[in-house]
Amino acid sequence: MEDLSFHHPVRERAGGIRQSAIVGVVASGNLEVLVERVLPDAECAVEIKTAAMGFGEVWSAVIGDFVERYSPGGLKFSINDGGARPDTVSLRLAQAVRLIAGSDR
Amino acid sequence: MTLDDILASLFPDGHEVRNDNGVIAGAATLRSGGRILVIGVSDRTALGVDEAIRLSAHVLDSIDRGSGPIVVLVDSDSQRMSKRDELLGLNEFLAHLAKVLIHADMHGRPTIGLLYGHSAAGALLATGLATRVLVGLPGASPAVMDLPSMAKVTKLSMTALEEKAKSTPVFAPGLSNLEQMGAVHMTWSDATSLADQLEALLADMPAARDRRDALGKERGGRPKAADIAERVRDLALQIR
Amino acid sequence: MTAPLSHIAPAERARSTSFNEASARTRLDLLLDAGSLVEFIGPEQREVSPHLEIFGLPEQFDDGIVVGHGRLGGAPVFVAAQEGRFMGGAFGEVHGAKLTGLLRAAREIGSIPVLILLDTGGVRLQEANAGELAIAEIMRAVMEARSAGVKVIGLIGGRSGCYGGGGLIAGCCSALAVSEAGRIAVSGPEVIETNRGVEEFDSRDRALVWRTMGGKHRRLLGAADVFADDTVQDFREAALELIGLIGPFGLDRLKAEQGRLADRLRRFGACQDAVDVWTVEGVAHAETVPELPADQFIALADRIGRSSRDAR
Repeated sequence: MEDLSFHHPVRERAGGIRQSAIVGVVASGNLEVLVERVLPDAECAVEIKTAAMGFGEVWSAVIGDFVERYSPGGLKFSINDGGARPDTVSLRLAQAVRLIAGSDR
Repeated sequence: MTLDDILASLFPDGHEVRNDNGVIAGAATLRSGGRILVIGVSDRTALGVDEAIRLSAHVLDSIDRGSGPIVVLVDSDSQRMSKRDELLGLNEFLAHLAKVLIHADMHGRPTIGLLYGHSAAGALLATGLATRVLVGLPGASPAVMDLPSMAKVTKLSMTALEEKAKSTPVFAPGLSNLEQMGAVHMTWSDATSLADQLEALLADMPAARDRRDALGKERGGRPKAADIAERVRDLALQIR
Repeated sequence: MTAPLSHIAPAERARSTSFNEASARTRLDLLLDAGSLVEFIGPEQREVSPHLEIFGLPEQFDDGIVVGHGRLGGAPVFVAAQEGRFMGGAFGEVHGAKLTGLLRAAREIGSIPVLILLDTGGVRLQEANAGELAIAEIMRAVMEARSAGVKVIGLIGGRSGCYGGGGLIAGCCSALAVSEAGRIAVSGPEVIETNRGVEEFDSRDRALVWRTMGGKHRRLLGAADVFADDTVQDFREAALELIGLIGPFGLDRLKAEQGRLADRLRRFGACQDAVDVWTVEGVAHAETVPELPADQFIALADRIGRSSRDAR
């Protein structure tokens, strides 16, 4: 297992009032994302536990792109990864933001 | 110890216990003069639908007619692994045996399991693990899952598994591991009279409440089970 | 572009959602009255397995099971749903203890039914001893709850089926609803093949697996009282129906079960295959049962199939 951690300053606070949400499942090629509204509005954090070692740079790129696109201010993302591909990771992160914003169930 | 040795040492005042192709059924006289129902599986027999239905029948008959505690002697294989047994609903037969034992225990017929040989998986759930107190005898070799099968599924070598088993009782076979988990309450000595040890247990039977998770916590085998169960229970009771 | 799912009426979503393909949380969301699910020790509490780390395996924040309470048709229910995709829905220490705690509370309250959405391969190998014991504790807790008047209903139609000790828990429930995918057995197909050879059971013969262990066979045998089509709405209706049917538990039920199972051995003990069982049972053209659509199968089962009502 490998632990990774990313912190990003963000432009604006994520929408909605829900305090937490969860998407996905830990399985081969899949991951779960727990998102919690616990940080100051201008911060975002992503903490990852992954079964696939040595993909730190890929994660860094995927998360940098995600933060730029969604501006998830105030949110902490905790990820348990079963070796998901980058597009699956992006999809789950986007789902998590939508879920905590309350625009989708 | 062989089954005959065990029966002789448990019941010096006599018994009528038969072993019919691996299915143990009968009764015996306790030191106190009271009676005890005896059932079980011997000779490392697999527990299938045909065996399970006879054992549950024996306990149900006794619930109607008899009194006193029930002892379940266990030296079994796993559940019988066959197309026929699954076709006929083995899960129901094994569950039924466990239910009958649990019901008896809750209604004045305290149950004791005596694990004297092997047992595994579904057979252990339907027999020893369905009793109030499970006792091990030295030399017993329960294996929820055997290491070669585990090596196959986890893709780890036997050496790696054996190494990991030194640091945790949570997955590897063996009586002492099950004792640490709280599944086996105690191990008796085979050097002294089993009758004495049985009488001592009967004189001091724990309450019918399932405390195996608390035992597992005290013994360091299951660090979280008791606390998690208790927390969920507390939260659930709050909805009243 | 489809409309946001939140704009669709819950019953409509439940009707169009496959029970088999949905996650444990989605199943509960759509099974219960809208918005009524409250989880106990949810994922944000991060009560993960203390044992998977030893094997370098990833954890899941809820350890693969959701337990909580909600409402069904306006009345309170306790619920537990296994996530069959996380480690095959297998029972580990934390996973099992959540269900044990729920059942113990149900026993103390006495009047609130428990729905268990079983979706499991059985014991989690990496914590086999803890998982086996958790199943034993759950079986005991189910029987204590039932003895206190609690209705405990198993709903089975998930990816992982209901195998190993999960099959024994199913056997302890007051009643079961199954879909075709709801395979119930103790030994899985691969386990039988590995131990006894491909002549005994060919695990790659999916038709064999489904007709020997699948929901249709279990319904015709009387192991399950309701056959549900594979939608969450069908399982919701099955649960409501079963809550209305279940009577009190007592020794008479165990005696009736002894008779029911002994009778099964007498009638079908010599059958070689599920098709033989169904033929003995009086099903005309029994070989067509696997292909029957759900509505036709339900009509057949209601006409011919046995019941375990009052006998389990």
